[in-house]
Amino acid sequence: MDAFLLQILNGLDKGAAYALIALGLTLIFGTLGVVNFAHGALFMIGAFCAVTLQRFLGYSFVTVDETQTDFLGNPLKVNTPYVEAWFGPETGAAIQDWSVPLAILLVIPVMFFIGYVMERGLIKHFYKRPHADQILVTFGLAIVIGELIKSIYGANPIQTPAPQMFIGTLDFGVMLGFDPGAVAYPMWRLVYFFFSLIIIGAVFAFLQFTTFGMVVRAGMADRETVGLLGIDIDKRFTLMFGMAAAVAGLAGVMYTPILSPHYNIGMDFLVLSFVVVVVGGMGSLPGAVLAGFMLGILQSFASMNEVKALIPGIDQIIIYLVAIIILLTRPRGLMGRKGVMEE
Amino acid sequence: MSKSNFSRRGVLKTGAIAGAGLALPTYLSAAGHTGFTNAPTGNSVKFGFNVPQTGPYAEEGLDELRAQQLAVEHLNGIGDGGMINTFSSKMLDGTGIMGKRVEFVTGDTQTKSDVARASAQSMIQKDGCIMINGGSSSGVAVAVQGLCQEAGVIFMAGLTHSNDTTGKDKKANGFRHFFNAYMSGAALAPVLEREYGNERRAYHLTADYTWGWTQQESIQASTEALGWETVQNVLTPVGAGDFSSYIAPVLNSGADTLILNHYGGDMVNSLTQAVQFGLKDKQVNGKDFKIIVPLYSELMAAGAGSNIEGVFGSMNWNWQLQDAGTQAFVRSFGEKYGFPPSNAAHTCYVQTLLYADAVTRAGSFNPCAVVEALEDFEFDGMGNGPVLYRGADHQCFKDVLVMKGKENPANQYDTLEIVEVTPRAQVEYAPDHPMFAGGDLGACNPGA
Repeated sequence: MDAFLLQILNGLDKGAAYALIALGLTLIFGTLGVVNFAHGALFMIGAFCAVTLQRFLGYSFVTVDETQTDFLGNPLKVNTPYVEAWFGPETGAAIQDWSVPLAILLVIPVMFFIGYVMERGLIKHFYKRPHADQILVTFGLAIVIGELIKSIYGANPIQTPAPQMFIGTLDFGVMLGFDPGAVAYPMWRLVYFFFSLIIIGAVFAFLQFTTFGMVVRAGMADRETVGLLGIDIDKRFTLMFGMAAAVAGLAGVMYTPILSPHYNIGMDFLVLSFVVVVVGGMGSLPGAVLAGFMLGILQSFASMNEVKALIPGIDQIIIYLVAIIILLTRPRGLMGRKGVMEE
Repeated sequence: MSKSNFSRRGVLKTGAIAGAGLALPTYLSAAGHTGFTNAPTGNSVKFGFNVPQTGPYAEEGLDELRAQQLAVEHLNGIGDGGMINTFSSKMLDGTGIMGKRVEFVTGDTQTKSDVARASAQSMIQKDGCIMINGGSSSGVAVAVQGLCQEAGVIFMAGLTHSNDTTGKDKKANGFRHFFNAYMSGAALAPVLEREYGNERRAYHLTADYTWGWTQQESIQASTEALGWETVQNVLTPVGAGDFSSYIAPVLNSGADTLILNHYGGDMVNSLTQAVQFGLKDKQVNGKDFKIIVPLYSELMAAGAGSNIEGVFGSMNWNWQLQDAGTQAFVRSFGEKYGFPPSNAAHTCYVQTLLYADAVTRAGSFNPCAVVEALEDFEFDGMGNGPVLYRGADHQCFKDVLVMKGKENPANQYDTLEIVEVTPRAQVEYAPDHPMFAGGDLGACNPGA
């Protein structure tokens, strides 16, 4: 039972990441009709916003300590971060410690701007092109962005720890009557789960309860009619692309303490997120969220030793297996609408 | 009645031209190859440095490349000479190899066997390389070693730790300086016994490819010989990223030790996530829970940050060693690049010099002469104490380092400390040891 609970928590946590990325993908597909294979790269850029802020806050001046030597036997160069010099060692260290949550403030405008530029500079030229062309150009863009990041930050994963107060585990087991430590779950993963719920809720609320959102939803349903009413729907859809990029960036920045960012981190999520979108139903936002959590939980259960003992390798194929079954029984996915990608 | 247009003189002239034409390719071929693949003909000789410049082991590969470039500079008489000055063999003098300047081409293996083979093939066929050096993955090393055997060039393996490289997949044209999984187990076991006792229950997470399998097998054999019990071995895909689904079952498995048979980015992620799940602070069976990473590298240690503190592992070499060879190499590398070299860099540097020395001692670039010069060659001054390149399997035997994540690092390079230098005798094994059985070295292939 305790193992079962742990895998549910794991699944919700994985599902939260899938759902956030799939939500952004669906927003772009639902509004612009573009299959964006660079979406994983946007997740990765978000993650590297955290790395950038961490480095910025760690930016140091160098003093030479004659009493110590470096690996070559030369006097040791000691780096002191400016924030520690300006705000004192304790406050400066605390600011650096909170670099990941603080990066949220950076990632929203940066990602919105990148999304806007990406759409205006490249994606708009491919609206009337076949989906295969869109996939090729966005995939190529993802590779270019990945290599650019590698040339700046190197190929190794970079540690971006969570704030000290979120290091450690929360012992659910004790609350539920299990032995201490039996169902202990990392605190930052719980933070990520609740953070993703807030972001998903905010996106839905924005689309549901604002005039802007109402126009966008109308445009998603019937673009031409909304255009005939004199509304510049293209401009709103461009802003939605920026918003989708910001959602991907937020997913990435908060994921960095869970998975150390590296230049290829977006690719790790991209294919799975596309499967999530297809299973949820192309263009369906609730479908993307539902499928994200569902597939996350299924993948976690498939990783249990008891399950793998019955079906070896099931953890590697479960998502694709479920996708096949769902598409055979419900060709439009769980919550797909008629007419989407069926022309 | 017909009349022939052929004159005797015409037939002779045509015959002579045709004969010369037919003979020319044979002559050129003989001049070009002189009996072996890519025999150097001009004033230079070319090496192929085939390392991962992208993919999960890219950082190791890039460091290997730095060391390989440094080795070429030292062979060509540029810089301070590094380990050439401390190497027990005194055949290298900084004038290239047998008077030929050393050049090189580089390739990106992407840590994929098929890509690595294609890259090595291009180096041999298009660039005319006489020797291939590199690795950073046992899957890649085994694949490229097989190719070099077929093509008739020497393969000086880089970072490859699987028993199979010089076990069931060994080849006459391939040589490994790096240690192997069996040696890691043999070196770690006494330290683990001293630190953690004889009653432990170990849970293995293992990278699902040749290196992971042989490392797990070796560590399991070594720890079970101490009296430890193996609770479970779970294979994980390479590049899994999020290992939480594999780590969560450890919590309730009754295990008190987690052994991570992961390398590179996978190790950084699995160790970080294991620490996040509170395993380092956990108590099981009345004991403190422990994590072990059998194969370490400085680059992984830097990536894992403070999570690595107190975690035991093993290494082929470390820049903190105090012998003259190590100090010479660290000084050359550090002054050129500004940071200390990794053990991946060290093994590639040493392999490049060892090849050059073998050619010089043999007096020939012929792969079979080089094989003969390297087999059972004993040397010193390269950072690992006295070393034997065993002829039976082309595996180097030398001291092995047991390392521990530094508790209070003084600077960014001070991530690992040397706990013990395990003497060579303790990690030696017979060529027909069961973990290395099934392969055949075969005969050297000069190609051409």
